[in-house]
Amino acid sequence: MHLLVNALVWRSNSRRFGGFAMFPSPESSLSVSGRCLKSWNDLMSLLLEKVRKSYVEPSGRKLPVLGIDRFEVKQGEQVALLGASGGGKTTLLNIISGILTPDAGSVVVDGRDLATMPEVVRDRYRANRIGIVFQTFNLLPAFTALENVMLGMAFSGKGADREFAKQLLERVGLGHRLNHSPSKLSVGEQQRVAVARALANKPVLLLADEPTANVDPANQQLILDLIRDTCRDHNVSLLMVTHSMDVASSFKRVERLQDFNRPELCL
Amino acid sequence: MNLLTIAWKSLLQRRLASSLTALSIALGVMLMVLVLVVFGAVDSAFTQRSIGYDLIVGPKGSDLQLVLSAVYRMQPPIENLPYMYLEQLKKDRRIVSAVPLAFGDVTKEGSFPIVGTTTEYFENEYMPGQNFRIRGKRINGLFDTIIGAEVARQNGWDVGSQFNIVHGGAESDHVHDEKFTVVAVLARTGTANDRTVFLNLEGFYAIAGHEKPVAEIEKRLKDFYAADPERLAVAMKQLEEVKAHEAESGGHDHHDHSHSTPDAMKEVSAILVKTRKEIPSDSLLLTSDIQKGFQAMAVNPVRPIHKLVNGLLGNIQTAMIVLIAIIILVSGVGIFVSIYNSMSDRRKEIGIMRALGAGRMHVFGIILGESTLLCLGGGLLGWFVGHGLAIAAAPWVIQQIGLLIDPWTLNKWESILFPVLIGLATLVGFLPAMTAYRTNVADALQS
Repeated sequence: MHLLVNALVWRSNSRRFGGFAMFPSPESSLSVSGRCLKSWNDLMSLLLEKVRKSYVEPSGRKLPVLGIDRFEVKQGEQVALLGASGGGKTTLLNIISGILTPDAGSVVVDGRDLATMPEVVRDRYRANRIGIVFQTFNLLPAFTALENVMLGMAFSGKGADREFAKQLLERVGLGHRLNHSPSKLSVGEQQRVAVARALANKPVLLLADEPTANVDPANQQLILDLIRDTCRDHNVSLLMVTHSMDVASSFKRVERLQDFNRPELCL
Repeated sequence: MNLLTIAWKSLLQRRLASSLTALSIALGVMLMVLVLVVFGAVDSAFTQRSIGYDLIVGPKGSDLQLVLSAVYRMQPPIENLPYMYLEQLKKDRRIVSAVPLAFGDVTKEGSFPIVGTTTEYFENEYMPGQNFRIRGKRINGLFDTIIGAEVARQNGWDVGSQFNIVHGGAESDHVHDEKFTVVAVLARTGTANDRTVFLNLEGFYAIAGHEKPVAEIEKRLKDFYAADPERLAVAMKQLEEVKAHEAESGGHDHHDHSHSTPDAMKEVSAILVKTRKEIPSDSLLLTSDIQKGFQAMAVNPVRPIHKLVNGLLGNIQTAMIVLIAIIILVSGVGIFVSIYNSMSDRRKEIGIMRALGAGRMHVFGIILGESTLLCLGGGLLGWFVGHGLAIAAAPWVIQQIGLLIDPWTLNKWESILFPVLIGLATLVGFLPAMTAYRTNVADALQS
């Protein structure tokens, strides 16, 4: 029954997206497994509530990492997230993307709570709703640029759309490098492929983990602009983790993790 | 792009290791195909396609020895039957053709068996649906011969060649004086006929030294026809005439002239019998009738050999298949090692795929897909190469050893080969696939 409800909600959400217009309709009322959001009027792509996450060290000691009472990203909003090393940024991204589950709390992405989803549903939901751009690009070396973009589609359950993958690569200026393997691409080009791959399934939320950290200064702004412009064009919310104040300063909304994360809440 | 495409791409990334492991499976499968083809050819040569006759009639004794001597010419004859018995069989309405064979001698060169027979032997099919193709002319003279293809090849004989024969077998040193002439050469048949020299039956009797003492013949006929006084009387009458002739001539030898041998003095080693096709029970009833009386027996030419081949070659074939199965299993272990060793290098790759939305079952399926592609790819390659080699070698094998190879005959083992390979792929891919399944995505992405 639980899965059936999820599937119905999923389907109703899917219907709302036509082509690249991915805004959910404001009128839609969404049920979240185990709980019900009365409305989605505030158009949030991401809502974290009372999220707690601790790790258990080999010694058995509990290491609190995240204690977030509320954090949200509105639809189409672009947020820069600053944080010190070891401050829990990666854990936060992993929880938002459903790679990790919180010990407590809800992680609502596009109206559904990832924390209560079975893993298999969460994986599929991640494929369809969340794009991820890694710091180290993480392109698979066995695949060409085009195939890397299509790889993201392969797990979405909708099948790989070669034409759309081509359009995405053309959009990031790599229309002439479709069949090049990552090793034949420059660092900047690799990151552009990674951006195209993250957008392949028309996500509502793009998570970028220091996407310019490994890019030469000449390409940094290019990549940054590319990510932000593409998200803007496709109405995709963006949460970008960065160390760079320069990068953060270009965002309207900048959050410091330590301002809203209180790990001690886990205790 | 589906899971198999992703698996294929991953294999291409490790081209060398993938090719080598697939090749090891291919070699195992190729060996298996070759063994099956060769054993299939041997089995076929010794059983289903050995002879175009329904029964072999010979003196009572070992049925296997009778078949080995009459069909394969590998054994000396058990004993002989009176020629009169052949005439008696020919009168049986159930018998369509009864061809006598008399043998025991060999050629001086190459020790090929000499078989005395009639022209009917060459008119009948030598195996179902196969007729002799003869280059040369028919046997007319007493010492005209038709030789098999292998005899011609090994001894370098052709039409017009002359040769001597050795009495009684290769170990004997008694060479007959008569010179035999090749008048025709048989096209290759893939049977024992290729290694046989055929002689006019009358010529066989005319060879000096082949006649037996009258007293011995008399004793044999009395034993053979003990239950048939009428025929015995006819035979005895003929023997009396021979005795009278010998008394008249003072027991001279026949080296300088020849007499026509009376039927009672003639013997045959075996009789090949064809029964009426339209009444299949003929052969069964005839066998039963022959077993009942006299001292002859009729055997199905296939059954004793089939028993022998199954008993002897069957075990060897099974042993070889078991050995090859072990080779394939070891190759499977190679695939396991190759994939398993690559798992630590691919941890991050798996983490990335999971982060992109691949479920645990996706990555499990990709790894299983890799082992399946390696096993099936290697298996298909080995299967085609095996049959390809069999096709290439078939003409050479038939020329060298007279074994007819049908490279496309599918063995029952081959029908289970690919399901077994899929099972093997699942087996060897399971543990690496489980490693992928259990990969901690967050840790893998950090690695």
